[in-house]
Amino acid sequence: MTKGWKELPEGGLITEAGNAHKYETGDWRNLRPVHNPEKCINCLFCWIYCPDSAIIVKDGKVVGIDYAHCKGCGICARECPDRVKAIEMVDESEFE
Amino acid sequence: MATKELVARTGNEAMAEAMRQINPDVVAAYPITPATEIVQLFSAYVADGLVDTEFVTVESEHSAMSACVGASTAGARVMTGTSSQGLILMAEILYIAAGLRCPIVLAEVNRALSSPINIHCDHSDTMSVRDSGWIQIFSENSQEAYDNMIQAVRIAEHMDVRLPVMVTTDGFIISHGLEAISLLEDKEVQDFIGPYKAAYSLLDVEKPITVGGLDFTDFYFEHRRQTAEAMQNAKKVILDVGREFGEKFGRSYGFFEGYKLEDAEIALVLLGSTAGTARVAVDQLRAAGVKCGLLKLRVFRPFPAAELAEALKHLKAIAVMDRSDSLSTAGGPLFTDVRSALYDLPERPAIVNYIYGLGGRDITVEDLEGIYRELQRISGGGQVQETIQYLGVRE
Repeated sequence: MTKGWKELPEGGLITEAGNAHKYETGDWRNLRPVHNPEKCINCLFCWIYCPDSAIIVKDGKVVGIDYAHCKGCGICARECPDRVKAIEMVDESEFE
Repeated sequence: MATKELVARTGNEAMAEAMRQINPDVVAAYPITPATEIVQLFSAYVADGLVDTEFVTVESEHSAMSACVGASTAGARVMTGTSSQGLILMAEILYIAAGLRCPIVLAEVNRALSSPINIHCDHSDTMSVRDSGWIQIFSENSQEAYDNMIQAVRIAEHMDVRLPVMVTTDGFIISHGLEAISLLEDKEVQDFIGPYKAAYSLLDVEKPITVGGLDFTDFYFEHRRQTAEAMQNAKKVILDVGREFGEKFGRSYGFFEGYKLEDAEIALVLLGSTAGTARVAVDQLRAAGVKCGLLKLRVFRPFPAAELAEALKHLKAIAVMDRSDSLSTAGGPLFTDVRSALYDLPERPAIVNYIYGLGGRDITVEDLEGIYRELQRISGGGQVQETIQYLGVRE
């Protein structure tokens, strides 16, 4: 159970460092970026621009997207070079 | 006991003197009539090396309070001063200061709000931020302004409270009125307030924290509830500090002060400098055999509802004096709170509301005597003709 008012730190302080990862902002999303590894040239523009560090990179290659934190802003799809366009924003309703 | 000889000080000088003796870490302020002198004098203390304070000059009161919040969250003891439009320009950050539990102390000089523009006393400015989470302490005179500033530091910084406090005087009437007051020694003030211990600091790299994080539906309510609890805790702390101040320096303070109230049948309830005028009216009427009294409220937030009900329950008729108008058509802010406080009494006194003194309009002994005469009529079984009246306004 989430802590009550008597137990929470006063003043709305967050007293634990580096805990933003625990806050799953992925449920804000209504457009899902879908990555196509066939098209991807691994320029990592998406990784650089993603405001939520949601592009998962391993050994210099984009290997997936952290949907628990991706808010669906679409910056990755926009920044993916025009000749590549390896990320497509798809309405979440299509995945139900 | 301290306080040897009397010295002449205006309310502004008294508050600046208290600030010098408190010697806060940071003062961020912007000038505004009639509070300008407080921080102007204080800036001279800074320039003359009489205090160790970092004085931050800013471009507006919004920035002044923002700088105060920044300094407070960094772990500093912080003070400022303002009035009227300045206070309401701060309003956004006043709420933030309270929510972040910053024990900032603000010297506030009560002045009317625009429009029309006016520089004289009424309580509209302070009342407009009564729900901001700041403790609000009113002063009747320069002596109280001085004493309240020193106590405010202790109240704000108490670990059960950690809320900001504004100490108010009445614009020009007190802020610029020269009075004989007694001051404490610098060391007495320092010993009374003690060293500042911040509850947290943004600059503590050993203990990194986030201040001002986003609170959604899942946490906001709990944090507001904490602030309400702090305000509740402040009641005991205000009384303890007022009592200790009295024991050490001979002038005790509570939530309010009664004058010839205990055996009175009729009374006025009011805030600030009008209490002095009302005492004269009480004395004159008492000499004529009228059983009248006065309750001067010192602490408006937190509102001492139960204590007020206890102190007023024996009365037959009460007039609540509001030096501001909520424009609600249901009475001024003091009236609605006092009347609500009396609601649970088995036998409630008759109660009326006078809105007076807006924009600095003078209030005289004769005005108040007239109100006591009206209360006499009501307590004698006369009907209340108008519950809310505007005193001294030209028809």
